[in-house]
Amino acid sequence: MQRSKNDVWVGLFVIVGLLAIVFLALKAANLLNLSFQSEYRVVAKFDNVGGLKPRAAVRSAGVVVGRVESITFDDKSFQARVTLALENRYSFPKDSSLKILTSGLLGEQYIGVEAGADEKVLAPGDTIAATQSAVVLENLIGQFLYNKAADGSNPGTAPKK
Amino acid sequence: MSWYKPADIGFATRSALADWGYGARLLLRLTALFGASMRRFGLVRDQIHFLGNYSLAIITVSGLFVGFVLGLQGYYTLQRYGSSEALGLLVALSLVRELGPVITALLFAGRAGASLTAEIGLMRAGEQITAMEMMAVDPISRILAPRFWGGVIGMPLLAAVFSAVGIFGGYVVGVLLIGVDSGSFWSQMQGGVDVWKDVGNGVVKSFVFGVAVTFIALLEGYEAQATPEGVSSATTRTVVIASLSVLGLDFLLTVMMFSI
Repeated sequence: MQRSKNDVWVGLFVIVGLLAIVFLALKAANLLNLSFQSEYRVVAKFDNVGGLKPRAAVRSAGVVVGRVESITFDDKSFQARVTLALENRYSFPKDSSLKILTSGLLGEQYIGVEAGADEKVLAPGDTIAATQSAVVLENLIGQFLYNKAADGSNPGTAPKK
Repeated sequence: MSWYKPADIGFATRSALADWGYGARLLLRLTALFGASMRRFGLVRDQIHFLGNYSLAIITVSGLFVGFVLGLQGYYTLQRYGSSEALGLLVALSLVRELGPVITALLFAGRAGASLTAEIGLMRAGEQITAMEMMAVDPISRILAPRFWGGVIGMPLLAAVFSAVGIFGGYVVGVLLIGVDSGSFWSQMQGGVDVWKDVGNGVVKSFVFGVAVTFIALLEGYEAQATPEGVSSATTRTVVIASLSVLGLDFLLTVMMFSI
């Protein structure tokens, strides 16, 4: 096939187009942050996961150490059964505790890991018992109103401020 | 032609079906000619040059301004809810999922589709296609297939350029002019845009639009009446039908891709 001057321009056009796709994948969608680390799975039972979603981050000290893999309902204990995929390079003590936290006021929910003090580390398939549920705004408001009502009904015993 | 005569209704139905069947067979032939077109890549290259490179200017400028407007309007709405940091996410998701593929396809239908129809319609009117058939050269594989694949290859690249330039435009307005924090602009975007679900599906969308717009332009040109009026009405029909089918297909694809 003979060369033509269009080759250059078509080549440039294709390169610009592919660069745009790469830009979208890397800069807009952050392909590089998908971890290709090998992972191990641990299970945690929560009373209430709130708005936690699969693929949400698992953070310890603010650093992403894994992802939420799946959330299912356990109809024996009536709890949410959350499977976490933690990166192999991080190990945590067996008595670490988990909390469901929210990034910012309206941000998405993630799981925070607080390391314990045990000598032994979490092994694949372990279950983490010490968990703290998501804060549900309705429960908070309910509690607040209940306390208010309790204060209002017997003003004699309520501490004056 | 009147609606109460059974013969007319029958004829209209039959010719509509025949048109659809003819279009479907032409589309199958063009798809089957992929290998043949790639073997003579010089023809496809010239069409990518004609359809893609020359559309680059209009695509880039439109993308930039759509990004500007998204940045302004998005900020106006988001700051009411105190979440103007999500501007990057809003701009990127709207561009990558919808506006990039759709506006590129609409512009492509006007810029490149119309010229394809006019070119082939005039070949038909000048009896060049008949002459090729007389010389035992298949006009579908020599004229239509390279244009078809040139358009199909060019469209996803153009849509990606549109989205990338649009995000840049949103960055210029949001971060440089209004003063949204640059770090949260990008990190919210990267946190919310998925590579396969959003960027990948956007590329799939623009590929489908590329097939639809280029095919409609070629079919209208190939079937144009061999008169000046015929060519002009074929060009008009290309732009109208291609734009409407892009919008219709976009709805269908969005329902299939993004509804859970």
